[in-house]
Amino acid sequence: MVDVEDRVGSLLELVHITKTYQGPEGGVSALDDVSIAIEEGDFAAVMGPSGSGKSTLLTILGAMNPPTSGKMYVDGIDVYGLSVERLADFRKRYLGFVFQQHQLIPYLTAAENVMLPLVICECDGSKRAMAERALERVGLAGMGGRLPNQLSGGEQGRVAIARAVVNEPVIVLADEPTGALDSQTGEEIMALFKQLNDDGHTIVMVTHNHENAAHAKRIVCLKDGRLPEAEEASPGAYCIK
Amino acid sequence: MRILAIALNNLRRRKGRTLFQALGLLIGIAAVVTLVAVTTAMRADLEKKIDEFGSNLVIVPKANDLSLSYGGITLPNTAGAKYLREKDAALIRTIPDGESINVVAPKLLAPVEADARRLLMVGVLFPEELRAKKWWRLRGTKPTAPDQVIVGANAGSKLGVRPGSPIEVNGEKFQVAALLRPTGSSEDDLIFADLHRTQNLLGVPGKVSMIEVSAWCSSCPIERIVAQTAYVLPSAKVTAVKQAAAARKTTVDLVTKFSLGIAGAVLAVGALIVFTTMMASVSERTREIGVFRAIGFRKRHVMKIFFFEILLLSLLAGAAGFVVGTGGAQLLAPRLAGAAVSVRWDPLVAAGAIVLALVIGFGASWYPARRASQLDPVEALRSL
Ligand SMILES: Nc1ncnc2c1ncn2[C@@H]1O[C@H](COP(=O)(O)OP(=O)(O)OP(=O)(O)O)[C@@H](O)[C@H]1O
Ligand SMILES: [Mg+2]
Repeated sequence: MVDVEDRVGSLLELVHITKTYQGPEGGVSALDDVSIAIEEGDFAAVMGPSGSGKSTLLTILGAMNPPTSGKMYVDGIDVYGLSVERLADFRKRYLGFVFQQHQLIPYLTAAENVMLPLVICECDGSKRAMAERALERVGLAGMGGRLPNQLSGGEQGRVAIARAVVNEPVIVLADEPTGALDSQTGEEIMALFKQLNDDGHTIVMVTHNHENAAHAKRIVCLKDGRLPEAEEASPGAYCIK
Repeated sequence: MRILAIALNNLRRRKGRTLFQALGLLIGIAAVVTLVAVTTAMRADLEKKIDEFGSNLVIVPKANDLSLSYGGITLPNTAGAKYLREKDAALIRTIPDGESINVVAPKLLAPVEADARRLLMVGVLFPEELRAKKWWRLRGTKPTAPDQVIVGANAGSKLGVRPGSPIEVNGEKFQVAALLRPTGSSEDDLIFADLHRTQNLLGVPGKVSMIEVSAWCSSCPIERIVAQTAYVLPSAKVTAVKQAAAARKTTVDLVTKFSLGIAGAVLAVGALIVFTTMMASVSERTREIGVFRAIGFRKRHVMKIFFFEILLLSLLAGAAGFVVGTGGAQLLAPRLAGAAVSVRWDPLVAAGAIVLALVIGFGASWYPARRASQLDPVEALRSL
């Protein structure tokens, strides 16, 4: 299902994406004609007021929320042209997720949580060793045996990041990864993302926090489900003010 | 790590919930195992009883003046008595189905005066008799000398004798070797003595009143044996005894049907518990499922997690249900069906219990697991 249109320019491209949710009182427009290109090695911060469609944008990028109209291309693949199960395979191969609230599985140890994406991969080599390496990368060497409730919020965040990168995904998506953390810990997590980006990971992160956004290479600013006009002239201006 | 490990860790690290989930199924399986084991034991006991009572023949002289009763069989009055010859007993083994004949026990019945009371004395060949009467429990020793007798429970208390007591029968001296524990039959009122000693006492050497025959099995061709025996003993009347066993069979059949009904109801409740706990588990784990799906688990991977869990739970509940159920049956069976009933650890029942647990476990969690796999990851992750 590879789309061979001439879209080799960007790693990821959203083209005229619109998303309307079916609410009780008719359709709720969450995104309205949004087009974005993300380059390999990018670090984009998605900002905007509450309800502006940031999470919607992220789940569409995350290949789990089919847009009402518009297309998404990754590596030339028309992502939403794939079947539901193929979408799952796509997520497995291309994407790493860091969820708000970390979303660690409570009955799995840190190492087992990190190994989750490897459970379904046809990867060779010791999965445990890969998990240990990922934990090392986020500064949690030797803590793989702990259950999530034996870890601090910041440590849980690190485990979540290790889980997102363990299978070396092309793009890492994060929805307010520091939302539940104090500013000190949040800063450490951001430094980690910066490090991942320096190591070559492409990152798209939703955040409310300007300091966090400062780590990003670019800011995607949303307002009422649109990219404001001003965005084109001076990127991020609307959100930074 | 594999998908099985996810399921295993969930069960392992949430022991309380696992136990609760398994318990519904376990109780259902245990109840069924108990009921099946008890009714099976009752059936086995019945088969044994049919062997003991049911397949017996009673051979009496073709006589008319009916008045004495023994073991539910009416016997010719001794007054107009005709006897069978003791030798006839040997003929019975010569019939074509002689293989199936287990015990041939000739008897001489004699109304006697024992310690000034009128009682019925039965002359028997003790070795044969004791082999035929497997349900006899003696208090005392087996008779070894011709003048030693076994006294039925009621007769014993009427006479006020105990093992070792001397008694006088028709003016001759005998000794009580043993008392018979109550059997609930007419045997309780009898005195059993040596056949030849009794013949001498009555002055009828070589004669017997009846011959009891016990065949080997519950399914022997009893009608055929009756016919063949009647053929070799033309002057005798041959009857098969079945009534007691038949009556009991009706009861056991009824109990079996009733048990099956109860077992069905208990299993339905067990299935319902599995279903509701699985449904609760799915909604409780919605976010988790969202994470799995987002990471790239396919629907069938998510189903696999739930199915592995139910597989492990069912195996656990099936095995434990078998142990608890059989243990329960061992406690219950003697109370429900008499001391003689015993319940074995039956590997077939174990296999049945596990298969049943699997069928019910999977049957009841099919829908919840499917629902889990069809959760939309975006929706699932929103329910924070
Ligand atoms: N599943 C849904 N069904 C109906 N409406 C939805 C759904 N998801 C989002 N919306 C609506 O779409 C709009 C955008 O929501 P979204 O969650 O993307 O905003 P957001 O920018 O992430 O907000 P926040 O900063 O509060 O997280 C909102 O008006 C929201 O109510
Ligand atoms: Mg949001």
